[in-house]
Amino acid sequence: MSADILIDVQHLYRYYGGVCAVNDVSFSVRRGEVLGILGPNGAGKTSTMQMISGTLAPSAGGITVGGIDILESPKAAKANLGYLPEHPPLYRDMRVDEYLLYCARLHRIHRHQCDAVLAKTKSRCGLGDAGQRLIGNLSKGYQQRVGIAQAILHAPAVVILDEPTIGLDPIQIREIRDLIGELRGDHSVILSTHILPEVQAVCDRVLIIHQGRLVLNDSVERLTHQQSVTGLRIALRQPPDVAQLQAIAGVEQVERLDSNRFLLHHPPDRNPADGVVDLAVERRWGLFELVPETRSLEETFVQLTAGERLAGGEQEAFP
Amino acid sequence: MIAVIADREFRALFGSPLAWAILAVVQVLLAYIFLTRIQLFVEFQPRLLGLERSPGLTDIVVAPLFGSAGIVLLLVAPMLTMRMIAEERRTGTLRLLYAAPVSMLEIVLGKFLGLMAFFLVTLLMIATMPLSLLLGGGLDLGQFAAGFLGLGLLLAAFVAVGLFLSSVTDHPTVAGIASFGALLLLWIIEWPGGSEEGAGLFAYLSMARHFQSLLKGVFNSVDVFYFFLLIAVFLILTVWRLDADRLQH
Repeated sequence: MSADILIDVQHLYRYYGGVCAVNDVSFSVRRGEVLGILGPNGAGKTSTMQMISGTLAPSAGGITVGGIDILESPKAAKANLGYLPEHPPLYRDMRVDEYLLYCARLHRIHRHQCDAVLAKTKSRCGLGDAGQRLIGNLSKGYQQRVGIAQAILHAPAVVILDEPTIGLDPIQIREIRDLIGELRGDHSVILSTHILPEVQAVCDRVLIIHQGRLVLNDSVERLTHQQSVTGLRIALRQPPDVAQLQAIAGVEQVERLDSNRFLLHHPPDRNPADGVVDLAVERRWGLFELVPETRSLEETFVQLTAGERLAGGEQEAFP
Repeated sequence: MIAVIADREFRALFGSPLAWAILAVVQVLLAYIFLTRIQLFVEFQPRLLGLERSPGLTDIVVAPLFGSAGIVLLLVAPMLTMRMIAEERRTGTLRLLYAAPVSMLEIVLGKFLGLMAFFLVTLLMIATMPLSLLLGGGLDLGQFAAGFLGLGLLLAAFVAVGLFLSSVTDHPTVAGIASFGALLLLWIIEWPGGSEEGAGLFAYLSMARHFQSLLKGVFNSVDVFYFFLLIAVFLILTVWRLDADRLQH
């Protein structure tokens, strides 16, 4: 069992002065799993990730990486980690190749293997033609890619990415997501974000941290299943009586949104879409919109974190 | 790992115009001083010949040149040391080192040796001036070597002090002025003179005092030990300071 758990975090606390930024957080990450850490700004995401990466000492609690305690033997534990901090740690006056070579050497990759490792990492991160460019001259998106390249180039067992898609354009975001999907094979990935669809797109499991506390730890699949599909939004040119819609099999309740639009509520396991379409054709209602109304992770997130939004304000200042 | 970090620091220095500017300025200043000393020697040479135990070429040219080099480098060293850690902390690149499987000692020694490699280049360039005198004259090579060693140890002490002060803050300029102040204080601390109580301690603490005796060609283990002690203390303090980074914010 323990062989499969790559990261084990037990009762983690972190205080900044008198303020508790991370409060009794425990979780574990299995091999091949992509874990998303969600939370509003200042919730303690970055502190948690810094502690796992060994760049910040916890006030209390234990962290093991691949079974190695990061406080007792930091060097051995860090060899299994790749970390992209919130601000990519880039030397602006170095070329991409120089920088990546330096990172490779820091991670004790043998000199003979460096060329191959660099070439592979650059192609994975879409940096193939940027090798000779100065990092300071690269766009934000490319700098972010260099940051990610730095985190994965030594093929660590665990990759920790702190807001990896921030500042990227939609195409780059998709590429990064594909890359994370690719990493999933033999690495575990921990990523923090406050972009909710991102979690649904790439993560297997999601943690929601609010005011330093872990308020949710569940698989994305279960969450999606529980929370979603409770409604069907339709728009009709010649709308019939509400009663006719109500009569369709599976429809529990009909809500009229405006003269042409209706929201049909239904139980998660019975989707009335087929019935609606058949009837619409048969009775010439002029169906021109049919959208499943998914109750998203966003609502769960807001529900879990909105309660003390005002009280949370004071924590915004902490990383 | 130490070599990897030192190598990067060394290359980064030469990638910036600052290092080249410093090399050029130091060389021009010291070349001027060198020439004035040569002129002095040429003027006084006939009279010196008549003296018994007269000071030689090394005493008149080399020792003062190295002495001036010490003062010039005292002004210059903080400009290079101030960025070593403070700027990396400011730009966040220090996290790269913290997250890599390297110890704090390796980080500090890497940075120290990287900068020392640069100063070794500076020293070798300075040393070529007196060595050129060998073409037409004779030098006391023992005294020359002691002076060169003294200058090297002095610079290593400058770097160690500067590195520590750079690790204390994340504002390079603050680190720079603090290092300059600390170095100057260590230089002038012997000024109270010999009569007062505790003057012996002040004299021992003074970098200038230990440097001067090496310049005279007196290789005393006390002087060498002083520099080693100073360097070790400040490097260890730097390691502690970086360790504390992870603990407190």
